[in-house]
Amino acid sequence: MDVVFLSRLQFALTTGFHILFPTLTIGLAVYLLIVELLWLRTKDEIYYRMYRFWVKIFAIHFAVGVVTGITLEFEFGTNFAGFSQAAANVIAPLLAYEGMTAFFLEAGFLGIMLFGWSRVPAAVHFLATCMVALGASLSAFWIMAANCWMQTPAGYELVDGKFMVTSFRSAIFNPSLPTHLTHMLLASYATAAFAVAGISAYFLLKGANVRFYRRSLALALFMAAGIAPLQVVVGDLTGLLIAEHQPAKLAAMEAHWNTNTGGGAPFVLFAVPDMEEERNHLQVTIPNGLSLLITHSLEGKVTGLKEFAPEDRPDSLITFWTFRVMAGIGFLYVGVMSWAALLWKRKRLFESGAFLKSLIAVQPLGFIATLCGWVTTEVGRQPWVVYGLMRTADSVSPIPAGNVVWSLSLFVLFFGLIGTSYFYYVLKTLGRGPDLTSPVPPVQRPGGMRFGKEAAGESEVK
Amino acid sequence: MDLVHIWLSLVGLVIILYVVLDGFSLGVALLFPTARDEQERDLLINSIAPVWDANQTWIVFGGGALFASFPMVYSVVFSALYIPLLTFIFGLIFRGVAFEFRANSSSKHGWNKAFFWGSLVAVFAQGLTLGGYLSGTKVADGVFAGGPFDWLNPFSLMVGFALIAGYIMLGSTYLLIKTGGAIQDRAYRQAFRSALAVAGFMVLVSIFTPLHDPSIPARWFSPPRVYFIWTFPMLGLAAFFMLMKSIRQRAELLPFVCSVVLFISAYLGLLAAIYPYTIPPTVTVYEAAAQRETLLFALWGAIIVLPVVLAYTVYSYWVFRGKVTPEEGYH
Repeated sequence: MDVVFLSRLQFALTTGFHILFPTLTIGLAVYLLIVELLWLRTKDEIYYRMYRFWVKIFAIHFAVGVVTGITLEFEFGTNFAGFSQAAANVIAPLLAYEGMTAFFLEAGFLGIMLFGWSRVPAAVHFLATCMVALGASLSAFWIMAANCWMQTPAGYELVDGKFMVTSFRSAIFNPSLPTHLTHMLLASYATAAFAVAGISAYFLLKGANVRFYRRSLALALFMAAGIAPLQVVVGDLTGLLIAEHQPAKLAAMEAHWNTNTGGGAPFVLFAVPDMEEERNHLQVTIPNGLSLLITHSLEGKVTGLKEFAPEDRPDSLITFWTFRVMAGIGFLYVGVMSWAALLWKRKRLFESGAFLKSLIAVQPLGFIATLCGWVTTEVGRQPWVVYGLMRTADSVSPIPAGNVVWSLSLFVLFFGLIGTSYFYYVLKTLGRGPDLTSPVPPVQRPGGMRFGKEAAGESEVK
Repeated sequence: MDLVHIWLSLVGLVIILYVVLDGFSLGVALLFPTARDEQERDLLINSIAPVWDANQTWIVFGGGALFASFPMVYSVVFSALYIPLLTFIFGLIFRGVAFEFRANSSSKHGWNKAFFWGSLVAVFAQGLTLGGYLSGTKVADGVFAGGPFDWLNPFSLMVGFALIAGYIMLGSTYLLIKTGGAIQDRAYRQAFRSALAVAGFMVLVSIFTPLHDPSIPARWFSPPRVYFIWTFPMLGLAAFFMLMKSIRQRAELLPFVCSVVLFISAYLGLLAAIYPYTIPPTVTVYEAAAQRETLLFALWGAIIVLPVVLAYTVYSYWVFRGKVTPEEGYH
């Protein structure tokens, strides 16, 4: 096995493992922000309890996210020195800004957010939550800016094989940033909302802490209701952008081999794309579907994968399927939210067992959709590390493959261990349930707060 | 001072901030096995719980800043030091997750071990990285041209052990501030012994370094460096004696301050040994620097962010000031 393949595998593994954690924390931070705002506005103790409970889940994710994230920053140098040398002028300051803003806001205010309840006034604590939430989203902004630049490079000139910046504004706000960033942020918000909803649904079915979990669920569904349909629209815009800037990627993820001449391009529903034979096995299609999606006309021209030289084609088998899984989950979420809207109108949102069960079932799908989306966009960029300009094969460090075999096997071992422990402790924390009894710290007690039994009472149904 | 040198100073500042701040966090972890029972271990953990994450993030900042300002150092040296650097990362990963998982677990034994060993591996690998970096990197046509174990030599191993002693010194003097009673008594003894070890290592490194690389004393004793180079060992010597005296007098804050000054004096001596090279022994500051526009763009961020970060770091330390008590559960 060569060092290029191994380095890519290691980067895929470490990023794939890492992204699961920020995906949740970016969204959960916003959820917590809303909860704390409600606590400050309504003075209803249940929001304080909700915050203290969900922030425990947040803290576990945050810790794993931070330590796995450091790995990625170092891998640019250890494994992709070729890329780092060539693109540092553009990419590196974006990563530095990510470090500074993440630093600026997240890590510094996290201490107050987690441990500061009894030490700082309510307003300062709320500010800390806002800063952590802002930091998480800002961090996504810089990482997406760097990644989008690799997809649709702008604001540079190539001098002796090095990318020199001509305009940071165009490099950062490159053509794919607006849609890709929105797509990723919405994915995080949706994943977090459905995670909270699924967990709450599980405990509601068990009949534990009914009022607490109903409030948690209602708030999560409220968040998801806005996001799920919006994500479909943004997803469509992302597709159009890819068609315009990365036609080979689009052709691969749609398993579209031949440019349509005389008639519309069909949308492939099911197929097993074959890179060797340059065709699809077992395909099921919708006539004119792809033309309609991409060009918004029945007979619009969509470039096929065969227009590109074989060595310039991304893998269609992988991208075709990861894309379909991702998009399928997106539509499923819209379906679940339509169902929720229907139940809400009939005032049966918390009574329907089937609905609660389906919330539990779809709970992990946000993570899967995010991973599939990333595989689609990154595998779809191949064989380029900087689209159309620098090949992935030229991006790796001059190190022996043995180095990467060593580190890759340790990553597999350690991530397996950490992943297992993570699941164990998250389930344990959830199993212990919310703390509804320990006193609210005096500095946090606003006048007229609703207290004790009334707030935590399980019989009360609102 | 031009843009390149501003960045050189900034990166230098961020690295020493990381070394001191995460140094005492790692140092407290290295003292973990000396705690007698679970309650003492909880106290040690609580002494760093609210600040360790922010401390650790300085390495993220440092990595990003180095990548942006001296991309050649970042890519060449990181390829060369692949094994010690990733070992360092593995150690940090275990230290970090152990921190979080320990708090959530009822049987803490396994995570106690992970916390200690993760920290120990991280510290030793940090020393290997530093020693390997100082030992020099083979560069041809702007890329790394050596083998995977070029960093491994007696000098880098010694730096590894020296750093363990150094971080124990930082950790134990930090505990003087944050704890009382039996833990503090022990910390006084630990601080005393580790300070002696550190002094020994510093003498050893000072003898070893010129033998290891004869060009270093040549740089030390060339003007204009020769005019101020002597202040660094003087500063170190003063800090060491102050440290010993303040430990004897059972001062609480002063020993930590002296430890930090001792670290800074050693660090300045090292910088004076390397400059003007950023990848010893061949690549200089200017050859390794990024494009001017990049340096300028990243500088704006640093100018705005750094003072704010420092201000709220101080605020955060102030919020969590005072001794940690067993009653104060952070989870």
